[in-house]
Amino acid sequence: MIRVAWLILRKDLTVEVRSKEIVYTTLFFAVSCVLVFAFALVREGRGPEDGAAGILWIAVMFAGNLALGRTFERERQSETLRALLLAPASRPAVYVGKLLGILVLLFGAELLLVPLVALLFQARLLSHPFWLTAIMTTGTVGFAAVGTLFAAMLVRARSRDVLLPVLLYPITVPVIIAGVRGTATLLQPELDAGIIRFWFALLVTFDVVFVTLALWTFEAVMTD
Amino acid sequence: MAVAVVCGAMLAISPLVIASADYESTMGLVQKIFYYHMPSAWIFLTASIVCGVASIRYLMTGDPRHDRTALAAGELVVVFGLLTLVTGPLWARKAWGTFWIWDARTTSSLVSWMIACAYLILRRYGGPGSEKLAAALALFGMANVPFIYISVNYWRTIHPATSVVPKLPFTMGFPLWFCVITFALLFIVLLKLRVRVEEQQARVDALYLSLDER
Amino acid sequence: MSLSLDFDRVTVDEVSRHFGRRRAVSRVSFVAPRGSIIGLLGPNGAGKSTLLAMLATLLRPSGGSIRYGTLQAADAPPELRGRIGVLGHDLFLYPELTARENLAFFAGLYGRHDADDAARAALMRAGLADRGDDLVSSFSRGMRQRVALERALIHDPRLALLDEPFTGLDESSTRALVTRLQGLRESGAAIVLATHDLDVADGLLDEAIFLREGRMVDSLSRPEGLRAAYRRAMTGPSRS
Repeated sequence: MIRVAWLILRKDLTVEVRSKEIVYTTLFFAVSCVLVFAFALVREGRGPEDGAAGILWIAVMFAGNLALGRTFERERQSETLRALLLAPASRPAVYVGKLLGILVLLFGAELLLVPLVALLFQARLLSHPFWLTAIMTTGTVGFAAVGTLFAAMLVRARSRDVLLPVLLYPITVPVIIAGVRGTATLLQPELDAGIIRFWFALLVTFDVVFVTLALWTFEAVMTD
Repeated sequence: MAVAVVCGAMLAISPLVIASADYESTMGLVQKIFYYHMPSAWIFLTASIVCGVASIRYLMTGDPRHDRTALAAGELVVVFGLLTLVTGPLWARKAWGTFWIWDARTTSSLVSWMIACAYLILRRYGGPGSEKLAAALALFGMANVPFIYISVNYWRTIHPATSVVPKLPFTMGFPLWFCVITFALLFIVLLKLRVRVEEQQARVDALYLSLDER
Repeated sequence: MSLSLDFDRVTVDEVSRHFGRRRAVSRVSFVAPRGSIIGLLGPNGAGKSTLLAMLATLLRPSGGSIRYGTLQAADAPPELRGRIGVLGHDLFLYPELTARENLAFFAGLYGRHDADDAARAALMRAGLADRGDDLVSSFSRGMRQRVALERALIHDPRLALLDEPFTGLDESSTRALVTRLQGLRESGAAIVLATHDLDVADGLLDEAIFLREGRMVDSLSRPEGLRAAYRRAMTGPSRS
């Protein structure tokens, strides 16, 4: 199982490193997104209070949506997703492999976005690196876990480009709330450990529940 | 269809029953929306559970009957949800001074309602094979309910507590329960009718197929 | 990977498949024993691809059953897929990877621990040993077909399913493919292929199955003169 997931991950990374298409377009899109927010919301050189957290997470989610769409579109073109399903590999392993690929991409985007948002909105995001990493990691995993399942599900559906966000955003509302509120707490001058621990615990629980659900339903959903 | 008749009759009498209830001291006439709002909310919740359970059974067995039930229930979630989300603000305007408030209960309901809408959009526009996908969405939506509730709750809260219901005086309790039963019957009638439409559709499809056969 | 799962024949028994109101395949039956080449012949939309998809376990039949030896498709474990090789319309190759990488990836996926050696051997069989490190996107259609075929066969499948394998091939590639298929038959694989190309299929097939609008209108053993037989099958009444 792990072997197969690793093979798929390595294959995805190789393909991506060669063409760099998804990496460049996703990163560029994420940066443009942040800039649009900056132009829309920054007044007299100051961003809105607490706005940085929200903007960061919105940029991550929009970029993630794009990356998910492109990754599975690519698999669809040569019907290679079908080839993966034809292999004797267990279906959950295929899911995990794709999920890890998306996570690598999103974490890379966040490495760029966090300093950028901190800079443009004068937000002290980097003051508590440990908690920031914890929140961003668990939040991204939750978003990507649901997103990978839905994107794979929609590969053969009609209107798949627009259906992905329609399905994904309502389901990931807890991730948005927990991620944004958690990150916003980090921006306060006094770190309230209780609050941040609550949001972190919620995200971890969400991740565990939904990754499990995704592993259970992947097989049923991908067979006709 | 005796149930439909009873239900229809109850729906017709309900305004009278409601009118006979006591005037609530602080909010006056507008409070009476409560008699439609609460049952709608309960049926909204019940319908989502029915849809979720039917979806799980469909995913596990592949039996199209469960899929038909899930579809019918999904549509009713949207209908009763809309009813709840419209009667709520109408009442809120008088009770709290504003149409909408971002508290745990209202926001969770809104998000769950949106997931139900997404469910219907997927079924309508997803093309062939979207039944399974929609079932997965319904499952995820159902699993999400506690998370949505908890996260929004921790975020803010102002809705009146549920403990209001047991303490209602009889003149208010009776109309409430009357409406609850009415709405419950309405739900069952609509569900059965909708499922029957789908069954007829499936039967027509099967007839078309056997026509092809020699 | 367990080679313990094996079968000596694939039995298709009154198999049907419909999509909503459209019947794609209707009550088709045949047997594909080891060491044979079965041809599915028919116009576009006859149900050939759907039938192949069901044989590959990608689709479940709406009616009838498919048996691999004595194993019902519905009860089959994932290992069964390891004994089936599929060459689809779309070739299943990653254009951004080299031929070698594609072959090694799929070899690994199918459980071969000697993935690199397998890839090298496959490249040689495809006659592309010198182009092994070029990206597949730079290959011509014929070369891609050759790599795709080797990819489909890299795990020594017992059942090989090929959907229109001769499309777009020139004379020499076609001959090479025919030789490859004959060699595969000698080694005991069961081959089911769908094709338009009647001239090539002539003399190659052990059994020809004619499909029209999802129905099996005729089947011939050891067919000769396929063109005439095809015309008869497609215009005459059903003889099944």
